[in-house]
Amino acid sequence: MTADYVLRRLALFLAVAFVAASVNFFFPRVTGQDPIQQKLAQLQMQGGGFSSEEIDGIIETYNAKFGLDQPLWRQYITYVGDTARLDFGESIANFPTPVTTMLKDAIPWTVGLLATATLMSFVLGSLSGALLAWGKAPRWLQAVFPVFFTFSAVPFYLMGVLLLYFFAFQNDWLPLFGGYSTANIPELTLSFWADVIKHALLPAASIVLTQIGFWALGMRSMMITMQGEDYMHQAEAKGLKGTRIFFRYAMRNAILPQTTALAVTLGHVISGAILVEIVFSYPGVGTVLLKAVQGFDYFVLQGVIFTIIITVALAMLIIDLIYPLLDPRINYRSD
Amino acid sequence: MTTAAAESRSNLTPETQNRPTAIYRYIRRNPAMMGGLGILSVMFIFWAFGTVLTDVDDARPLSFRPSQSPSSEHWLGTDRQGKDLVTVLVIGTPQTLRIGLIAGAIGITIGTMLAFIAGYFGGFIDGTIRFVVDTLQTIPILIVLVAIAIAIPGDMTVEMMALVVAMLAWLGPTRVLRSQVLVMRQQSYVDLARLTGMGDMEIIVKEMIPNLMPYIVANFVLAVAGAILASIGIEALGLGPFEANTLGMTIYWNIYYASLLNGWWWWWAPPIVIIVLLFVGLFLVTRGLDEWANPRLRKRV
Repeated sequence: MTADYVLRRLALFLAVAFVAASVNFFFPRVTGQDPIQQKLAQLQMQGGGFSSEEIDGIIETYNAKFGLDQPLWRQYITYVGDTARLDFGESIANFPTPVTTMLKDAIPWTVGLLATATLMSFVLGSLSGALLAWGKAPRWLQAVFPVFFTFSAVPFYLMGVLLLYFFAFQNDWLPLFGGYSTANIPELTLSFWADVIKHALLPAASIVLTQIGFWALGMRSMMITMQGEDYMHQAEAKGLKGTRIFFRYAMRNAILPQTTALAVTLGHVISGAILVEIVFSYPGVGTVLLKAVQGFDYFVLQGVIFTIIITVALAMLIIDLIYPLLDPRINYRSD
Repeated sequence: MTTAAAESRSNLTPETQNRPTAIYRYIRRNPAMMGGLGILSVMFIFWAFGTVLTDVDDARPLSFRPSQSPSSEHWLGTDRQGKDLVTVLVIGTPQTLRIGLIAGAIGITIGTMLAFIAGYFGGFIDGTIRFVVDTLQTIPILIVLVAIAIAIPGDMTVEMMALVVAMLAWLGPTRVLRSQVLVMRQQSYVDLARLTGMGDMEIIVKEMIPNLMPYIVANFVLAVAGAILASIGIEALGLGPFEANTLGMTIYWNIYYASLLNGWWWWWAPPIVIIVLLFVGLFLVTRGLDEWANPRLRKRV
């Protein structure tokens, strides 16, 4: 029964991966133009800082990768095969660099920023939402929360711009851009880590400040619904301590829909985080995406699009696999 | 609005016979709705005044000396390309709204149709629709839209932008409305309607859609907000209509010319204020509509 559930989830994951790969392949072809060829033709005419041998090299890579003389279905199979081996080709803008290398450099920054910020806002938001519904919230929390509820309607990156202006531009408390000071060579020393954290504070804060309200709102309405339940009355009647009822009875149940919401909103959060990175010139996937769009670096674009979709799908797979552990009632079958 | 919804409302508050007063009283009891509509109408008033007072040509590049700070002549200064920024905002805000409204309308129409097809007829069709929606929902929308926008040949226009965003705007409405249809299908008044010999279409149009109205309206507003958010994101990445002055394109030019680091606050601050007000306004309206759709939430303080 459990194996069935895991298999179903794995199948869904593979379906998403397949859709992601196909989207990349078919969209340019459906519109009847070939952006890669256009870009290469443009490069060939202008030189674009490349020697003609290098451009020949790019074209060769391109032809080999897509096998332009081959029929469409064979191109597609080659493409899916390459993607499955995570071979996205080479960047056009930084030619000999493989796309995979660029992604490998960028992914830790994005995942680190996003995971920390999402976890922080989830925990802080759910906890304060629960307290607010319980009526035991400190006065300052009650006063502050309408502000956070309103913040939840603001896109992350705009919050980022405002934070950047007040904390980095007007007062130079925190760095204006980047993931670490250029004077610092990336190495695993304490001072480098401190520098990284200092640079991550504002980008993370712009996500946390806008997300807290969302989690609090969800948690609060769940807790209110929960208060009418029979087992809550029973727990009270038994004379259990308030904190025990709060954590073990109310929050334990209310956290479940929150976890589902976490899985559903993940895609939304990463879309926002990409733009946050751009605002802060943070060295993650978002900045790679922006540069690829600006320079029409098609292979990089494909690599970024595929990687982001797969990463989110993977995170959701993990949440879905953990979920039955959180909620023993869950039916492992679909319906 | 619709008879059934109005009836159920007048059952709750029997003293409100007169429709306009009923709406007025309702809005007064619902501060979120009032705040949201208030913000949106203030924006509308500014826009209306703006259209009368500004000249469209002032938003063309090289109209004025670039990067001027605010003055009596240019209330919000000019940008790096020499556009008058008040004019840019007056022209751009409704363009962004148009993207949202077109995409939201397409999204809610397709979403409602799919929800009924899935929820009402069930079976294999329902399973397929649900699988497609669930799969697509796990994909970050912005990224898919970027993939679509890149593939579009030639110059992007505002309308094309709306259509690109609309391509995924039906996902949310389909998911939410489908489950509502499932719940509603089981209710006794639908059985009763069927017993009186009403056909499927008649039941959907005359019985179910009126009762779903609060959800449809709320999801429409959500879809509009989502479409605007997505369009601004795509535009900020540099995939938007370059000829237009939408809010997202203004953000793009701000990023492109690093206006924040150059201290051109009059350029980056106003579009942000407008976007934030727009989202907060739409958010409050959805919260207000939520309460309408689900009266149990009124318990919330």
